[in-house]
Amino acid sequence: MPGNANGYKWIGTRTIRPDGVDKVTGRATFGADFSLPGMLVGRILRSPHAHARILSIDTSKAEALPGVKAVVTSADFPEIPPSEAMKGSSPPNYRHLSQNLMAREKVLYDGHAVAAVAATSGTIAGEALSLIDVKYEVLPHVTDVLEAMKPDAPVLHDDLFTGGVDPKPDKPSNVAKRVEFAIGDIEAGFAEADVIVEQDYTTEGIHQGYIEPHAVVANMGEDGQATVWCSSQGHFMVRQYCAGLLNMNIGDITVTPAEIGGGFGGKTTVYLEPVALLLSRKSGRAIKMVMTRDEVFRGTGPTSGSAMTIKIGAKKDGKITAAEADLKFFAGAFPGAPVHLGCMCGFTPYDIENVKAVGFDVVTNRPKAISYRAPGAPIAAFAIESAMDELANELNIEPLALREINAAREGTRTAYGPTLGVVGFEETLEAAKSHPHFSQPLGPDQGRGIASGYWFNVGGESSASVSINEDGSVTVTSGAPDIGGSRASLVIMAAEVLGVDIDQVRAVIGDTNATGFNRHTGGSRVTFALGMVVVDAAEECVQQLRERAAKTWDIDVEAVVWEDGAARPAGDNAGKFEPLTLGDIAAKTPMTGGPISSKKSSNVQGPGPAFGTHICDVEVDRETGQVKILRYTAIQDAGRAIHPGYVEGQMQGGVAQGIGWALNEEYIYDEDGRLQNSGFLDYRIPVASDLPMIDTVIVEVPNPTHPYGVRGVGEIPIIPPMAAVANAIEDAVGMRLTDLPMSPPKVLAALSNGE
Amino acid sequence: MADVVLSRDLARRFTNGETQISVEAGTMRALVRELETQFPGIGAVLGDGMAVAIDGQIFQDFFLEEVGPNSEVCFLPAIEGG
Repeated sequence: MPGNANGYKWIGTRTIRPDGVDKVTGRATFGADFSLPGMLVGRILRSPHAHARILSIDTSKAEALPGVKAVVTSADFPEIPPSEAMKGSSPPNYRHLSQNLMAREKVLYDGHAVAAVAATSGTIAGEALSLIDVKYEVLPHVTDVLEAMKPDAPVLHDDLFTGGVDPKPDKPSNVAKRVEFAIGDIEAGFAEADVIVEQDYTTEGIHQGYIEPHAVVANMGEDGQATVWCSSQGHFMVRQYCAGLLNMNIGDITVTPAEIGGGFGGKTTVYLEPVALLLSRKSGRAIKMVMTRDEVFRGTGPTSGSAMTIKIGAKKDGKITAAEADLKFFAGAFPGAPVHLGCMCGFTPYDIENVKAVGFDVVTNRPKAISYRAPGAPIAAFAIESAMDELANELNIEPLALREINAAREGTRTAYGPTLGVVGFEETLEAAKSHPHFSQPLGPDQGRGIASGYWFNVGGESSASVSINEDGSVTVTSGAPDIGGSRASLVIMAAEVLGVDIDQVRAVIGDTNATGFNRHTGGSRVTFALGMVVVDAAEECVQQLRERAAKTWDIDVEAVVWEDGAARPAGDNAGKFEPLTLGDIAAKTPMTGGPISSKKSSNVQGPGPAFGTHICDVEVDRETGQVKILRYTAIQDAGRAIHPGYVEGQMQGGVAQGIGWALNEEYIYDEDGRLQNSGFLDYRIPVASDLPMIDTVIVEVPNPTHPYGVRGVGEIPIIPPMAAVANAIEDAVGMRLTDLPMSPPKVLAALSNGE
Repeated sequence: MADVVLSRDLARRFTNGETQISVEAGTMRALVRELETQFPGIGAVLGDGMAVAIDGQIFQDFFLEEVGPNSEVCFLPAIEGG
């Protein structure tokens, strides 16, 4: 077994990824790969209007078309009254969710689902869609957050009254909620400042950009028992949401997870699954539905776009005295923008006595926003970390040094309330400062930007089992989809506890009947939370293994220790026995009490929050406005990297997505509110040739609540890049770009205007 | 006595603007019960979609958590990740 400088055998090693061979050979089964005999093809009719009242839907011609077996509209879905919108444990807003997956009364965005058909072929299903006659009354629409907040803006929901304000408004509006987080005295803080910077910023709505479109196969029997195969970030979530939307018993639905080709938060809800179940119920056949890329862009959740104002004041020595943020995020067609998370995270990297962050959650005629890695935090960080750079320029203090002067540490009171525990922000700054990248010389029109970010990470309900097989191999069964390498990390932790070779341990993602409930994979939670449950289960197996050895040797279990994958006498007084390996004990389990296994479930709490600091070098082409990323280094506190290769992969992936957010990605609507760039040719995400190899530095400040010190790692790396790129552009050409994306036309315009 | 920290939104609605309140309680369930006694109506809000940070550690589901005699208990919105 390999040794490791950290004192562990497997923790921190780069083992072969358990899912790797299947994925590189094409054997892995993704959502669209599954089929059942006799299944039908389901297709969805989508609104061509950004905002319109549905006057009538006539499906008769479609239903009469040979080969069409079922047609559904919102009339086939149970209507969920406001009083039952939030039923059950950790519910979504089922009323909004139902209205989003099939429009009632009004369509609220271009691409909003209106009807669905199931037919014997995709061609027939497509023809049937064209035969559905929907009569609309087109209404004024609004896709811009600031326009949506105006008093005369078209109102999307007649029953939406702004929450969080006194008195409660007497008229509906598009502002769903106002939130405020504050500490200290903001006016006194600014009065104390020697220098104040204040600036407006905007970001565009962008898509998570997962490569795999949404796909499902659903089959409902005459007895109401249903089975769903799909790719999602949580098959228990799919089961719960389908049951809640269709008034079914959770126990009547089995969901089997497929491999997932990217989610990034965008697959933490349902779009197709309940529709496919209804079509299956109505047709009596299994239904397969696969979105086109156009549907993914028009019908599924982007993240919010925003309009923000940031104001920061500081003393001449760089100490920040006050910081204020006004954040307006659009939520798309239904409330739920992550603006509160932006307010909470934005200033948390810094120890500031006086902070005020106000957020507004605003509905617009766009697809309903859904989570995207560290929802809300990257948006706020773009503005705040850009403002930090401006402040550094005003104070003539090197930007990283300004962050060091104000860095949050253990004991720092955050603006959203809690005092930070053990955190590693200063360590990321120190690692950045000592990295060769930080002092590498730059050429003409080249610049360097620094930015930092904070994310809470989460835990949550987690269930897993560890089973010792007859031949001494080990199976770890868990119930959270593996998006970023969780099978590898769970295998490593189980092998570490059991003291066995990594090749003896296999990880399986079970269906919804195989384990207890698991919260979906999101919030950077799985290696942390499921890892704790697997460690717990593996430790119970070790206890059972010790007991079996004790029975074999006829000594007390306290006289048996488990070391290097074998039971051994605790000392000379315990007796002289040859070690019994896990394999030895597994082979004899019928004689010592039967199978050895452990199932554990827990609501895991206490995730360690994390910080990251990024360094970005760019070169700006003054003739074309193109920004080339020359070099990029991401530094992040991972607590403890269970599998460093996967942690680095998360960091590199987050940076790549952040660079796309910074430079190119945006939804482009025409004047009628129709999306104009619903494909990857026109919606430009970074490709390999756009990016240098992303350097990574893993800082390890262990999370005290995890047995190996794990902190979540999947979300932090997308927080700093937009500001890091903006700050680098400013350093290169002396111009502050405040509106994302910083695409060539915008950069060129800024250069031409001498902004 | 645990030191309870409320957001200004909650303070405005329930505690006449007071954001820091001392509460004697051994568990979060008892703490919320005591707050409800002092500020009627706040209990339902704290039990719906809120998380807490106890001495800096965030708990999304918190009613069974223990509260130390000098603990800092901050109520905050539940956190969703991507």
